[in-house]
Amino acid sequence: MLGRRGEELAACYLEAQGMQILDRNWRCPEGEIDIVALDGDALVIAEVKTRKSLAYGHPFEAVGAEKLGRLHRLASAWCRVQGLRTPAPCRVDVVAVLDDGIGEPALEHLKGVG
Amino acid sequence: MALGRTYSIALVGLKGYIVEVEADIGQTLPAFVILGLPDASLNEAKERIRSAAQNSGIPLSRRKITANLIPASLPKRGSGFDLAIAMSVLLAANDIRPTGHTVFIAELGLDGRLRPVRGILPAVMAAVQAGYPEVVVARANVAEAALVPGARVRGYATLARLAFDCGADPQDLALDFEPEPEDQEDPGAGVVPALAPDMCDVSGQAAARRALEVAAAGAHHLLLTGPPGAGKTMLAERLPGLLPDLGDTEAMEVTAIRSLCTLPSGSVQLVRRPPYENPHHTATAVAIIGGGSGLPRPGAASRAHRGVLFLDEAPEYDRGVLDALRQPLESGEVVIHRSAGAAAYPARFQLVLAANPCPCGKATGKGVDCICTPTMRRRYQARMSGPLLDRVDIQLEVERVSLASFGQPAAEEGSATIAARVRAARDRQLERLLPFGMETNSQVPGRLLRGALRLKAPTTRILDYALERSALTARGYDRVLRLAWTLADLSLRDVPDGDDVGQALGLRQAASASP
Repeated sequence: MLGRRGEELAACYLEAQGMQILDRNWRCPEGEIDIVALDGDALVIAEVKTRKSLAYGHPFEAVGAEKLGRLHRLASAWCRVQGLRTPAPCRVDVVAVLDDGIGEPALEHLKGVG
Repeated sequence: MALGRTYSIALVGLKGYIVEVEADIGQTLPAFVILGLPDASLNEAKERIRSAAQNSGIPLSRRKITANLIPASLPKRGSGFDLAIAMSVLLAANDIRPTGHTVFIAELGLDGRLRPVRGILPAVMAAVQAGYPEVVVARANVAEAALVPGARVRGYATLARLAFDCGADPQDLALDFEPEPEDQEDPGAGVVPALAPDMCDVSGQAAARRALEVAAAGAHHLLLTGPPGAGKTMLAERLPGLLPDLGDTEAMEVTAIRSLCTLPSGSVQLVRRPPYENPHHTATAVAIIGGGSGLPRPGAASRAHRGVLFLDEAPEYDRGVLDALRQPLESGEVVIHRSAGAAAYPARFQLVLAANPCPCGKATGKGVDCICTPTMRRRYQARMSGPLLDRVDIQLEVERVSLASFGQPAAEEGSATIAARVRAARDRQLERLLPFGMETNSQVPGRLLRGALRLKAPTTRILDYALERSALTARGYDRVLRLAWTLADLSLRDVPDGDDVGQALGLRQAASASP
């Protein structure tokens, strides 16, 4: 439930940043892309991580090298399915959502993380 | 710009280099990278720093932290960089004010306390020399760091306190955390210090006492040969007690080496007494000379710098170990090369060798009890002969104590009286030799002995005769002259006379005359 809400927030945030959301929760056998968006010319694959508190580490810390590798593979899979050639600028973003359920949720956005 | 810059010191041997610690916080996924040839213990700093900062109430940034230690090519080791890296990262995150040219040297505990590290004295000396007199160390290191003239030392117990003084927001800081002082009661405190061995414990042995005094006065290397139980070890242990106190520079050198070898205890003082090292005869070349993996560490020869290195049962040492001492005997320094770099340690020690005359140890006097064959005896002696013995000025045979002199209570001179004579003799040497850039008679080269310090022909007649008969080599000739000068200094004569030369010849030849 929390994750769903976090993705909602993230999508709104990215749109507010001027991005155009192309796809959400796109699934294939290898995994799921939370958000696919277009930032100007660049295709953005966004991973959203939501946490209630920092007790088990910052959301960003949950994104490891393995996850990044998978996101890159998923990006090309998405392009294939959409019948697109992978556009030259394609990057992976991570959005962290801290939502303790009381105050305003805090969003942090890292662009092009590898 | 999220960039922090602080300073620390990297030690290579006793030499310290200023290391600039840059930290950058990059806008990507969390990670902590340390660049600049860190060794394993320095790489572990990441985890220490993260926990220490967290527990001090100033958590590190949740982004990619890159710490760069400059110059990158200099290998760095140990935990002393922890604090500098932590401060640099906090600076990069704008948590604290810039710290300017302050040098940080301390290890961090997971709870955020600052822990002392080894080698603070040479590190602070290097910092001051490089023009960085502001130094921050762990509280337990303050006493040692403060020995360095010109250093402005600040000691802290915790990272939180230091961060507070550097302008961190006190709201979240763990300022009430006050670790108990870790002066872990000076191990020496409360224990009555062992009585320094004194010469008045030595009964009889007039010749050996005299030889020891001469050795102390002129800083001559010494070989004691004699049967087991004659008191060779007893004599050697008493040599440091006869040597004069160390001067300021020497005391700094000795304290610096000690600082590298031992963890600091609460009260550190300048080492004023000459050190005494007494390694076991199974010691390896690395144990004596220094070495070890990574950057080499000082060995017994360096720990005995400006003091006495006593090798008991010298023939039992590996030949390679004894021969490895030739270089430091010559140059007063050891340079050790290892993969991580070369380190130079001072090693100007006074060598005292003790040996049995043969494997069974009974070949003294007439040697009637000795069960060794001549070949065994020769082989035993040959283990330490040659170039090493060439450098030993006094070679003395120590006889068994006779009944007559044994058990005579306290009739002998104490160390203090002898030390006073030694000091007077040293002063005379210094006065004479300072123009030539030397301090003791043992350093005087043959060129000078036969040049500016040449004795009149009648004085050296006995030597010339010995040389002519081939009873003495040219090198031995110089050595006898050196001893003669020391003997003259001890008897407060300006120039050695025939008696001094005769006595010197006796000290030199006593051992080589034996079988």
